[in-house]
Amino acid sequence: MSDSEFTCPQNREEVINTYFMEHRAKLIDVAAYLDRLDRARPVSEEADFRDVAFRNAIAILTDGESQRARRILDLFSDHTTEIPQSAEGMKGALGAPVAATSEGGAV
Amino acid sequence: MRYIDPHIHMVSRTTDDYQRMAQAGCIAVTEPAFWAGFDRSSAQGFFDYYRQLTEYEPKRAAQFGIKHFTWLCINPKEADDPGFAREVIALIPDFLERETVLGIGEIGLNKNTKNELIILEEQIALAEKYNQMVLVHTPHLEDKKKGTRMIMDAISASSIDPGRVLIDHVEEHTVAEVLDRGFWAGMTLYPDTKVTPQRAADIIEMFGTERLWMNSAGDWGCSDPLAVPKARLEMARRGHSAATIDQVTFGNPQKFLGQSANFNIE
Repeated sequence: MSDSEFTCPQNREEVINTYFMEHRAKLIDVAAYLDRLDRARPVSEEADFRDVAFRNAIAILTDGESQRARRILDLFSDHTTEIPQSAEGMKGALGAPVAATSEGGAV
Repeated sequence: MRYIDPHIHMVSRTTDDYQRMAQAGCIAVTEPAFWAGFDRSSAQGFFDYYRQLTEYEPKRAAQFGIKHFTWLCINPKEADDPGFAREVIALIPDFLERETVLGIGEIGLNKNTKNELIILEEQIALAEKYNQMVLVHTPHLEDKKKGTRMIMDAISASSIDPGRVLIDHVEEHTVAEVLDRGFWAGMTLYPDTKVTPQRAADIIEMFGTERLWMNSAGDWGCSDPLAVPKARLEMARRGHSAATIDQVTFGNPQKFLGQSANFNIE
């Protein structure tokens, strides 16, 4: 990275000093959530679209590429182009597109 | 220190929230009309709400030295019935003459439907006709990216200067396009959805401080009326200068909102 790309006022050690404990706790929360799912009885053979999206998002964390937050938000976004006439009968936002696939995103 | 919370729903907050905000340095708030958590059964319900926003809340805020301004509209969640929405929109022009009204907002989309889009376009036309600024609500979660683009396309099809439009609730996947198209962008600090103070600081580091502000959007749900001063602390902890912090929490809102002759905080 060039100097102009280092836009955080803190150096790397300072970022770790400031944020490691907070994000260590969040990471363990994620691990415990996945463990909780393992211990929960399934209600369908079909994978829940939110769970599929969540696990695809986890893969982004360790793929070595930058812009992780943007790419995870993109993965959790509806990329369809259809515009329904009315919201009648629609649920509120669910956090992931209903048609999430194992490749990520929505079909 | 002083700051402006440019998007907060004080009708849903208690009076001691005003007190705590004043103690934290808040000198002005702007309150867009929004969904009350339930659908109102008549246009008269909106008439009463607009009176609350323009008559009652400025007095409640003034007790603590906070200036209260407002934006009027029918929100997208109650705009799926075009006939009903038009009854409500017909009430708005009379209120635009009131001295604390800054423009039309928060208009936008919720589930990105044709009905919502029709009413969005009619409220954009209302802003055009009365030369009003616009505050935009973008949809939640998975609907945000698609809806944000639909909203910007609708505004771009009008004669409204994007520099007089604030697109709110941006996140990492929408902020670049909002700024690239000349709009102002708002970051909403929510505990679970939208952005945290940490991510707001990250976005400032990635996209700079021009045409960007942050707000609490405090309302009846899980939200924090002190989110803006907490984000100021987060930026300071990270080493941002006082000038940068002041720009995004005071200077930028003052500059955008100051385009309305009604925005007077002196």
